[in-house]
Amino acid sequence: MRTVRYLLVKEFKQIFRNRSILAMIVVLPVMQLIVMPLAADYEVKNINLIIVDQDRSSKSEDLRTEAISSGYFTLVDYGSDYKSAIQLLDKDKADLILEIPNGFEKRLIKENSAQVLIAVNAINGVKANLGSAYLNNIINRYNEQIKISQSGSETSALIAKLDMVPKNRFNVYMNYRWFMVPGILAILVTMVGGFLTALNIVKEKEIGTIEQINVTPIKRRHFILGKLLPFWILGLFVFSVGMLVSYLVYGIVPSGSLLVLYVYVAIYLLAVLGLGLLVSTYSDTQQQAMFIMFFFMMVFILMGGLFTPIESMPDWAIVVSKFNPMSYFIQVMRMVILKGSSFVHIQSQLFITALFGIVLNFWAIMNYSKRN
Amino acid sequence: MEKVITAHQLTKKFGQFIATNAITFDVKAGEIFGFLGANGAGKTTAMRMLCGLSKPSSGEAKIAGYDIYTQTESIKQHIGYMSQKFSLYEDLTVTENIRFFGGIYGLSQQQIKEKSDALIQRLELSSVAHTLLSSLPLGWKQKLAFSVAILHEPKIVFLDEPTGGVDPVTRRQFWDLIYEAAAKGITIFVTTHYMDEAEYCDRISIMVDGKMEALGTPLELKQQFKAVTMDEVFYILARGAKRIE
Repeated sequence: MRTVRYLLVKEFKQIFRNRSILAMIVVLPVMQLIVMPLAADYEVKNINLIIVDQDRSSKSEDLRTEAISSGYFTLVDYGSDYKSAIQLLDKDKADLILEIPNGFEKRLIKENSAQVLIAVNAINGVKANLGSAYLNNIINRYNEQIKISQSGSETSALIAKLDMVPKNRFNVYMNYRWFMVPGILAILVTMVGGFLTALNIVKEKEIGTIEQINVTPIKRRHFILGKLLPFWILGLFVFSVGMLVSYLVYGIVPSGSLLVLYVYVAIYLLAVLGLGLLVSTYSDTQQQAMFIMFFFMMVFILMGGLFTPIESMPDWAIVVSKFNPMSYFIQVMRMVILKGSSFVHIQSQLFITALFGIVLNFWAIMNYSKRN
Repeated sequence: MEKVITAHQLTKKFGQFIATNAITFDVKAGEIFGFLGANGAGKTTAMRMLCGLSKPSSGEAKIAGYDIYTQTESIKQHIGYMSQKFSLYEDLTVTENIRFFGGIYGLSQQQIKEKSDALIQRLELSSVAHTLLSSLPLGWKQKLAFSVAILHEPKIVFLDEPTGGVDPVTRRQFWDLIYEAAAKGITIFVTTHYMDEAEYCDRISIMVDGKMEALGTPLELKQQFKAVTMDEVFYILARGAKRIE
């Protein structure tokens, strides 16, 4: 154990002398946690709308005001020429066209029905879908108003209406950031832990100092413990900084206990560090290690359920995500922070993560050889 | 005299390439053994096998009485090694490097303290004891690396081109350190390209294309090859080499 202490002293001295590592573990998480949740937002706003109003009546005016005041749309153009509107759509200057045809008001009053046309620029499917859905909603609401104003107060009771009132649990205001921030923190902890471990050992290979270590009677497990512990501590530190930032910036206070979170993170970090270690035993240069880690990180992030729900992935992708430790971490983060889950609820995630840790570290220790 | 290294038909192959081809020799305790050869002759490979860093393909060897196949960890307790690449930590200070390597060789706090003080005094490094190695000149670093390699008082120390790129004055000082270590009974196994350094050795071997082509005292070799200087001996042997780096 004395040997491990000497290794730890050495590692921490080197880490604290390396400004870029310090920046990576303090500044980077703080910046990313502040910036990324603001940018990575599912809510679609600022949809560029063109209204082609060929009616120019008070009713069409009402519809226009209704659309703009919703806050989702930016009115790019308001005219009466459909062709020039289409041209703007072609140039990607607009996402949606709402065409109100000539005689809209007249027909609405006389025939009790009128038509409008929506043209959608569907290059960005999500934006197009949501945009036209918003606009449909607005038109429906407008429709209701007309019905009520036309039929008068007594008859309105006769129109049967089924209203759904959803009750949101756990994230009552459906605050998007409460959903994203824990997930992004999970990514940050994974990146810092995985990359630092992998690069640290490969760096010693590159500059040749590992040779000097390998020629000493040091035990393999001591060496690996001496390498893992510092980054395990750093990982927990980064996680704590991240939790503090989420509280200070987003007011996120975990509904569950911090103990549950920390126990899980402590085990999760062992799995991630084990992966870093394993990658380092297979790479000879920092470049190789970097690329291999990047590959894993991309898969982890894109298939971890942060941006897209795992349940809606194809079957093969769901199978892959079962081997993605980050997906369990993201689940646990959201469960504990938003739902207040306790050990009982996260026991399967805890168990699987521990299994990852054991397998990866065991594999890494087996593959780390003091001689070739 | 006790033999601290015995090698018999020691061979290392990388695929078809035979880096070290059945070398047989022994080194006596307290000897300064020079290991010569052109670049690519297989010196470093042989040395790495003897240190337990590389697994031999065939042949046998014993270092300080321990087998190089099965007892590498015991060997490591009794040897020091200084590789071709400078391999102390550049981002640690002189004392931190000494303390770290002393620590992982299992020296006690007290021993580390005493040895560290003595070493810094001997190398006249007290003014830079708390300076990062990255800002020290190469010659100083090499002397420090050697001293760290023998900190745990090994039976044998392996030096792979320890004076490469070092100025003649520092080279001389480096050899003073080697003599001091040899006087304490540490066996020195050293590779070099400098023929004046070869003359400092008790016995030398010359490797050509992975084979050991000559072995003896500098005087014996000069007589054997009818040469006036070690330089000539080396030329006569290395000229026949087919392997060029």
